[in-house]
Amino acid sequence: METSSGLQNNLSITGKRLLEFFTMVAGIFMFSVDFFKNVFFPPYEFAEIKKHMDELGVKTLPIISITGFIIGLVLAMQSEPVMIRFGAGSYLPGMVALSVVRELGPVITALIFAGRVSSGIGAELGSMRVTEQIDAMEVSAIHPFKFLVVTRVLACTLILPMLTVYAIFLGLFGGFLAIFLSQNISLQLYINAIIRSVEFADFIPGIVKTFFFGFIVGIVGSYKGYNTDNGTVGVGRASTSSVVVSSLLILVFDMLLGKITVSLWS
Amino acid sequence: MIEVEIKNLSKSFGDLVVLDNISLNIQEQENVVVFGRSGSGKSVLLKCIVRLMEPDSGDILIEGQNIRNVSLKKLNELRKYIGFLFQSAALYDSMSVRENLEFPLIRNFNFSPAERERKIKDVLEKVSLEDSIDKMPAELSGGMKKRIGLARTIITEPRLILYDEPTTGLDPITSKEISQLIVELQKDLHTTSIIVTHDLICAKIIATHAVVLKDGKIRYEGNLEKLTSNGDPFLKDFFSNEILEVKNGRI
Repeated sequence: METSSGLQNNLSITGKRLLEFFTMVAGIFMFSVDFFKNVFFPPYEFAEIKKHMDELGVKTLPIISITGFIIGLVLAMQSEPVMIRFGAGSYLPGMVALSVVRELGPVITALIFAGRVSSGIGAELGSMRVTEQIDAMEVSAIHPFKFLVVTRVLACTLILPMLTVYAIFLGLFGGFLAIFLSQNISLQLYINAIIRSVEFADFIPGIVKTFFFGFIVGIVGSYKGYNTDNGTVGVGRASTSSVVVSSLLILVFDMLLGKITVSLWS
Repeated sequence: MIEVEIKNLSKSFGDLVVLDNISLNIQEQENVVVFGRSGSGKSVLLKCIVRLMEPDSGDILIEGQNIRNVSLKKLNELRKYIGFLFQSAALYDSMSVRENLEFPLIRNFNFSPAERERKIKDVLEKVSLEDSIDKMPAELSGGMKKRIGLARTIITEPRLILYDEPTTGLDPITSKEISQLIVELQKDLHTTSIIVTHDLICAKIIATHAVVLKDGKIRYEGNLEKLTSNGDPFLKDFFSNEILEVKNGRI
């Protein structure tokens, strides 16, 4: 009897969690629909978009720089012994470049960006919600969704591809440093090896994905913050769950977009 | 000047009935004070009036227009002439005092930069905080925040102002100053005002009419003097502490 009641209890908790999850997914979807309903119509808050792009870019630049550099460095260091064992040491620059350009650069930059920015947006909008600042905007006949959400989502969507390109170049430099230290390769040779292996078409899928990743970071952070309740506890929860949900969605969309972009550009 | 008519307004949260079939008429240039215990639905009433909350049933007519039926565009046209002072002042944290004040002016009206500057200086002078123009909200005390909140509320020269506990959390002197400021503003701008408060001293300075909410209904409506001398056990109990404070020379 006790086992049966415990099982029922577990099933009911799982059911509740699943319901919450699907409610959240539906909420994010409807929030995205609202975004597209508002983004094309005036007033256009260009100054606010530029301000957010500046802030997001500057705030995340140090951590993106370190991450980008280390991705390339570690990838080259770890792959080198295996590649040499199979007599493919000369393909190492090309392998590092392809991995960083097509997959590691975009995805890891997006995950770092999600951790830094999505939580910030969730916390900022959440505290504006609980201190009635969003209500104050609404009562002043100002559309808070347009001013707070549309501007942030657009800023994230536009700035992440730029940060990714920057992270990719630093990753390639990290790869060069690792190979230079072990094989004393010249920079010219390294660049030539990359140019032989990587085509411009390899850049496109990776960069196209980052527009989607930037949108995910902005929309999830804004959704969680904008719908915060339960005071300061709710703000903390919005901040944490923004990171978890946006990271998860980035990985899921990476899988889907990876398949689509490869079939489109292969 | 705006007339507000509330007809059979009800609002519940789950099983909890907060407003139960409330009807109230507020005349032009009247200052109506709404009393009630914490959780009695005073703030909910204010939020329903500006449609920050949707009532379950009933009508709210502002200048003869039922705000429950108007489009968002029309509602925002009405909101341009309604001021709302939040209990926490709700200043925008990321903006300076100047930016807080010019925010509604830039977005809703076509004032030139010089006109905006003059308006900002005028309202700051009214609330005696001219020196705080470039400060951030985090640098202001509670009383200063309330004053800036009030300045932001009146900068658009609204015809209806809703005050949600304008003196809560302030010392008696600041509280009295804010109350007197509200009366002066009412005289200057000829506004209609609805003030939610627990503060009898504030009410005595401001009110031309009073309403007491209890259990979701209007328990008393009328003159403030009669309200405080009413023999109703709830009203006697409600105002006893406040009266003690007045007798002890708080004014």
